[in-house]
Amino acid sequence: MKYEAVIGLEVHAQIHTRSKMFCPCPVVEDTGDLPPNTYVCPVCAGMPGTLPVINRRAIEMAIKTGLALHCEIPPVSCFARKSYFYPDLPKGYQISQYELPLCVNGYLDIETEEGTKRIRITRAHMEEDAGKLYHMGDGSSRVDLNRAGVPLLEIVSEPDMRSVAEVIAYATRLHSYLVYLGVNSGDMEKGVMRFEANVSVRPAGSDALNPRHEIKNLNSFRALARSVAYEIESQIATLEQGGVIVQQTMGWDESRGITVPQRGKEYAHDYRYFPDPDLPPLEISRAWVEELRAGLPELPDARRARFIRDYGLSAYDAGLLVAERAVADYYESTLSQLASAAEPKAVANWITGEVFRLMNENGCTITGAPPPSQLAELIDLVQDGTINLNTGKRVLEEMFTTGRSARQIVEERGLAQISDTAALERIVAQVLNGHPTEVTQYLSGKVQLFGWLMGQVMRATQGKANPQLVKELLQAQLEARRSG
Amino acid sequence: MILSREEVKHIAALARLALDEQEVALYQEQLSTILEYFGRLQALDTGAIPPTATVLPIRNVMRDDEQVLSSTPEEILANAPAADEGCFSVSAVLET
Repeated sequence: MKYEAVIGLEVHAQIHTRSKMFCPCPVVEDTGDLPPNTYVCPVCAGMPGTLPVINRRAIEMAIKTGLALHCEIPPVSCFARKSYFYPDLPKGYQISQYELPLCVNGYLDIETEEGTKRIRITRAHMEEDAGKLYHMGDGSSRVDLNRAGVPLLEIVSEPDMRSVAEVIAYATRLHSYLVYLGVNSGDMEKGVMRFEANVSVRPAGSDALNPRHEIKNLNSFRALARSVAYEIESQIATLEQGGVIVQQTMGWDESRGITVPQRGKEYAHDYRYFPDPDLPPLEISRAWVEELRAGLPELPDARRARFIRDYGLSAYDAGLLVAERAVADYYESTLSQLASAAEPKAVANWITGEVFRLMNENGCTITGAPPPSQLAELIDLVQDGTINLNTGKRVLEEMFTTGRSARQIVEERGLAQISDTAALERIVAQVLNGHPTEVTQYLSGKVQLFGWLMGQVMRATQGKANPQLVKELLQAQLEARRSG
Repeated sequence: MILSREEVKHIAALARLALDEQEVALYQEQLSTILEYFGRLQALDTGAIPPTATVLPIRNVMRDDEQVLSSTPEEILANAPAADEGCFSVSAVLET
């Protein structure tokens, strides 16, 4: 039988405000470098008698995210207590939202091999992050509450994804949106975005929703992809062997590459939500929503369309450039600093080709690449013929490793292109004199030797010759020898 | 009674309360009485009344996104039964 996977995703995104969700303690994106319990106050430590107060900016950023994801923003929103005992949760409950979330009924379009696909978003609600636990291995655990109370937005999709590729397309696009919106830095290593995947399988074409496995605490795209792939495969194998899938919470064992059932949490879903009496409901006026909508930045889809329209880029190239806001900014900054009339398409090729390749090789992001002003200078040097394209690529490599400017490198290393006709004529003549056999073969019809001869000339000039000029001179001299 | 003994034990376990059999019986009766009372409220027709999450007449209590440092780690840990290297120290939670 042929099966298909049914996958829904819950994404927890940190909202990078200055202060925590319900108290004025500072928020730092990575609490790893901070001494434990530095940014903690009686509110986020869950002391009795304290009163949480909602951070307006966190609400605004959550609503903006909802608007970007085409959600409705209901007129009333309410916080609720989600009760469970765990040492990283100081109050014994997490302030979250249940019946009246901030954002509902949205969607995000993703690109798949079959074209654009719409992934529906059920809801997006606000909650507070928990603290961090360190297991000491001696029967004790340490609790650090620096992260406790940091605002989180939980974005819940419908089970609309059917493959690992769709899951990754959705997660990366959502990541891109969050960075564009300035919700957080997108730095996965700092845990600013975490996933839970709900996976079930069914006979292809069926409408059934079978019992699912919920994979918790996935902190990277890699873990997300691997764990979902593993679940799909193992659930199909179970069904094919006549087994049954029971609804279950799973953990992902990265080192073994398998999911494992999480035991001993039989009460985990008995959260006893109720409206938090400490937090009066929010009445979200339409005027406020429209004000926030007006403040939305240009989002990836719109920017991609603009790149195609205004810069004449292919949909593919535009997609590559806008996927990361920093890359799209880099591209436009480079364009704006060009002195020559280099084509936007050529600049896009430099970035998606050489710059991406060197970023990979150097293991850096776009912030580690030469700044846009320097890339613009390099492209200008190629455009005005000072250096040829191949030399330009070599210069860019050196710019990456040394951090020096294109002009400096070209001058110091004498890389400027030789466009001096008289000098090149002499070199062409020397090469032809040095290879009489090849010349004779060429003249007797082995025309493919032209490229080889051209290579010899380029080599004699250390690659600096103007290739167009070399081609012309070589043709002329070979023809002269034919008649001679 | 509305609540079974099993339900009382389940609720006690959620609240991390250790109850003996006598207490289970006592709370079964008390909690059932409370639920019965709510059952009477349930019977009222509230169709014309909007759902109410609060009885307070206030809405939209929010603060600006500003940082204030109010406590030192020592103050935060002062009442902790056990502390270790600047952290609260608790019995290990079984990670499964």
